[in-house]
Amino acid sequence: MSDLGYQKIELPKPRPMPTATSLPFWDALTEERVILQRCADCQAWVHYPRSNCPECLSDQLAWHDVSGEGVIFTFTVTRQATTPSFADEVPQIIAVVELSEGVHVTSVIVGAEPGQVAVGAAVVPVFEHGDDGRTLLKHRLAG
Amino acid sequence: MGLTGDAHIVGYAERRSERRFSGERRLTLEQWAGLAADALRDAGIHSREVGGLVVGADIFEAQQFVPATVAEYCGWSVDFAERVDLGGATPAGMVWRAAAAIELGICEVVVMATASRPMPSSPVPRPFDDRLVYGASSSAWGSPQAEFELPYGNIAQNCGFAMYAQRYHDLYGWDEWARAKIASDQRTSACANPDAVFFGQPLTPDDVLASRVISEPLHLLEIVMPCTGGAALVMCSAERARRTNHRPVAVTGFGERLTHKTPTYSPELPHTPVAAAAQSAFAMSGLGPADMDMVQLYDCYTITALLSIEDSGFCGKGEGQAFVREHDLSYKGDFPCNTHGGQLGYGQAGLAGGMSHVIEGVRQIQGRAGDRQLARHDTAYVTGTGGVMSEQAALVLQGA
Repeated sequence: MSDLGYQKIELPKPRPMPTATSLPFWDALTEERVILQRCADCQAWVHYPRSNCPECLSDQLAWHDVSGEGVIFTFTVTRQATTPSFADEVPQIIAVVELSEGVHVTSVIVGAEPGQVAVGAAVVPVFEHGDDGRTLLKHRLAG
Repeated sequence: MGLTGDAHIVGYAERRSERRFSGERRLTLEQWAGLAADALRDAGIHSREVGGLVVGADIFEAQQFVPATVAEYCGWSVDFAERVDLGGATPAGMVWRAAAAIELGICEVVVMATASRPMPSSPVPRPFDDRLVYGASSSAWGSPQAEFELPYGNIAQNCGFAMYAQRYHDLYGWDEWARAKIASDQRTSACANPDAVFFGQPLTPDDVLASRVISEPLHLLEIVMPCTGGAALVMCSAERARRTNHRPVAVTGFGERLTHKTPTYSPELPHTPVAAAAQSAFAMSGLGPADMDMVQLYDCYTITALLSIEDSGFCGKGEGQAFVREHDLSYKGDFPCNTHGGQLGYGQAGLAGGMSHVIEGVRQIQGRAGDRQLARHDTAYVTGTGGVMSEQAALVLQGA
């Protein structure tokens, strides 16, 4: 029991559950492609996928292939799991990556020691295929 | 534009912070009614005079029609009923909404409360609540956080505030001792507050930096301690405030700004929406940062207070670490900040943690702060932070 009188519950690691709007993004990742929406009216790049452009609310959004490359905008190294289901990944390098198109995505930096990671470091995409048929877009340091 | 200062905070009630609650468990409706009764008694106003109420998102006996449920429970007929959903900024958001309602003449007396003590065990399972597993993050299907954040482990608040701190230091320099000094100075004030969860436990900056890292660069002792408690405020018009028990405290300025839910999509990280809220609050009040006798800044983390000091205009952007080194932030110091200990020293009892900043400002202005009473106590600047620097509210309070 928690102090609020709830039953405490253990949950599995959260996985992406696409919507009709976001499904093309996730399907592209399974093919190891990164696609982003771009607004046909104001040319803004959009992420996460939406029904309407967050710059002008136009619904004229179209998918475009992009590199998935970018730079680390900020990051943290978790020394305690953010939720119990991530205990197996500690220390986890959770990052905000600024893609070359300017949009920000949440990512995880893989294949690097915490001390190697820095704000501004160039990163390239890593496609992490899961048993559920969904693929996460993660990143590793370039070069 | 804005408030004229006609609405006054005239009473409060607060349940002391406790890590292990040993009292009687009550429903949140019962807690709310008890807090309201105590705050009205403090002000010297009868329950029959209440014409407005503001609730937060911490009434657990109803998921909808919450204000009506509270009005019915307390026996009130109200002309103003709000449910504020701004996380830690909820109490500051409650105060300006109530002030606006009073200044518009909608009602004369408004009660707001946050109930954060344990409830009795329910005989039937309660519905799943994200707050128990994912903190402020939504796990509902279709929510952007559930789809694009949770699968990466970007969950709850620690990692988000840590990412604010990382980029902040990368841009403006690494002075972790200064960040730790915020927790240390506030602990000095907590040691003058018998109701604080860390009363009697002084803390040095080195102690803070020696505590284990939770999410780099943030240490355990830079993060609030969850506890139990509760708080309430009573506000009324200047006319009614003349016949109350304590010095009325006018709300002369406010600001509010929301920009994002997840810091990934914060437009200007580590610039925060505090700046816009502060500018609005100060412009409305006709006062500036230099006119404040004290600040009560939402401090779920040390970095929250640091960013709030800068973005509120007490120093320039990037100068906060030097500012903290140059000033004593305790109640004894030249920049009294969170004189009750802050949530870092007082404890965070749910939404009552945010209300503790408002109440401490009122308590000081009313001259009721006991051992930690400030000599100059006419003006206070108060902030509220919701989400991860997502939802910001700022208030300027002035003693009548």
